[in-house]
Amino acid sequence: MAESVFILLLTIFVLACFVGYYVVWRVTPALHSPLMAVTNAVSSVIIVGALLAVGSSENISAQVLGFFAVLLASINIFGGFVITRRMLAMFKKKNNSK
Amino acid sequence: MSLSLMLISYLVSAVCFILALRGLSSPETAQKGNKFAIAGMTLAILTTLCAQGMQFTGYIWIALAVVIGGFIGTNIAKKIPMTALPQLVAAFHSLVGMAAVLVALTSLLSPETYGIGVVGAINLSSLFEMSLGAAIGAITFSGSVVAFAKLQGLISGKPLIFPLQHKLNATIGALIVMLIALFMATEFHTAFFLMLILAFAIGFLLILPIGGADMPVVISMLNSYSGWAAAGIGFTLGNTLLIITGALVGASGAILSYIMCKAMNRSIISVVLGGFGGDGASSAQSGSSSDKAVKAGSPEDAAFIMENASKVIIVPGYGMAVAQAQHSLRELADILKSKGVEVKYAIHPVAGRMPGHMNVLLAEANVPYDEVFELEEINHEFATADVAYVIGANDVTNPLAKTDSSSPIYGMPILDVNKAKTVFFVKRSMASGYAGVENPLFFADNTIMLFGDAKKVTEEIVQDITE
Repeated sequence: MAESVFILLLTIFVLACFVGYYVVWRVTPALHSPLMAVTNAVSSVIIVGALLAVGSSENISAQVLGFFAVLLASINIFGGFVITRRMLAMFKKKNNSK
Repeated sequence: MSLSLMLISYLVSAVCFILALRGLSSPETAQKGNKFAIAGMTLAILTTLCAQGMQFTGYIWIALAVVIGGFIGTNIAKKIPMTALPQLVAAFHSLVGMAAVLVALTSLLSPETYGIGVVGAINLSSLFEMSLGAAIGAITFSGSVVAFAKLQGLISGKPLIFPLQHKLNATIGALIVMLIALFMATEFHTAFFLMLILAFAIGFLLILPIGGADMPVVISMLNSYSGWAAAGIGFTLGNTLLIITGALVGASGAILSYIMCKAMNRSIISVVLGGFGGDGASSAQSGSSSDKAVKAGSPEDAAFIMENASKVIIVPGYGMAVAQAQHSLRELADILKSKGVEVKYAIHPVAGRMPGHMNVLLAEANVPYDEVFELEEINHEFATADVAYVIGANDVTNPLAKTDSSSPIYGMPILDVNKAKTVFFVKRSMASGYAGVENPLFFADNTIMLFGDAKKVTEEIVQDITE
């Protein structure tokens, strides 16, 4: 049973790698910096694991570690999205640049 | 919230993240993409908060952590100057790495929270995934800290090389593998902690020998690692959203690393092994050039030639950004355009210190993005250009990359500025660039050197044209 779950997760993982591969190749090189900033923010989705630890663990040490994980991930999430927005807001076309 | 509802909610989040990356295919749709990403993240967090078994005190602690973290993150991101973007991204990567390590630890101490067994009897596959996620997270953390310190100038950008380096790294790597095996067999916490310490150490050791010139690759690689770390944790917790997101980010970072390597004609292996490039100005080979004649010009000469040109291509490099010359550069372009001169910008993929950095710096100075072109798009146009204005760039224009197979930059794609009728190089001195290679273009007949600070020189040209 556990084995088939792992294979299922692996399937999802491999397919997601392919999705990522094809989507990212279509990103225009001019926006590679925002791409990096936004993927950085998005990878902080790891926060969901930390939330569970703080909210529903019985173990004090796990809760404390989870607390710090939530804090670090939050810095990243907010920081990453704000900097991405700031960058993207600067990209303007010729006619409305004046 | 029921489990199936949570899973569907996570699926929607994952789709949002994919649409976010899709949005970045053009600047017009990019803001919408960022909104998708924010929506996906919000949904993921809210869904998790509705999970069964959450306690009231937990919510208070979570709120506290999110408020503090959100405050710090928002403030940093609002204030950071765009030239410091690479450091900031490196610092953020280190946080993802650390968060991954912490979450792996919580799953070790409190496995029942994630339904992967009980302490002392955690599923074998979970033990493996946990170690892998923690190890990659630890490497991401310490590697990013080194990258941050190098970019911020806290430690030298020069590659740090010592004897037996690769052997030491290989030994540590083998020890990590053995400790993971021991940990899986016994679930000894000591083995796990030892493994973590070694993973932190190898992160430091892997990035220290990598030189300043390879920084764009390093940042992309760490970006990729942070994704793989998230995916590893996703496997540990059996969380599909983490797995999908981690794979997306990992793939994205890997592609960027590949693009950066190709732009420098470096293989990823040689980057990882390290040793390329120093601080830039410090790698001086300039002594040998004294016997060759260089034509130095004045800003007035440049002003005269440029206002009578019909097409000018500006080639900015990182030196332009260091001198904060982007705004005066835009002014110069505006004035030239008002005189009927066609102005375009040519950007080499490694012009900045991270992928796409130069585009952001120009956008910040209000340069419209449809005047900015990538190497392949514009290279054929130099032949029809009257002036190539190279400001703060050097190695990316060096024709030795095409002709001299013994040169360290041989094979690197370059901008063919030498095909323009006149080439202006704005430089502080004759010093060579990052790669420590002399540029023969400085001595070419159609090259005029403008010595001085990039910003001052550009401002003087603007003044001379307006007068």
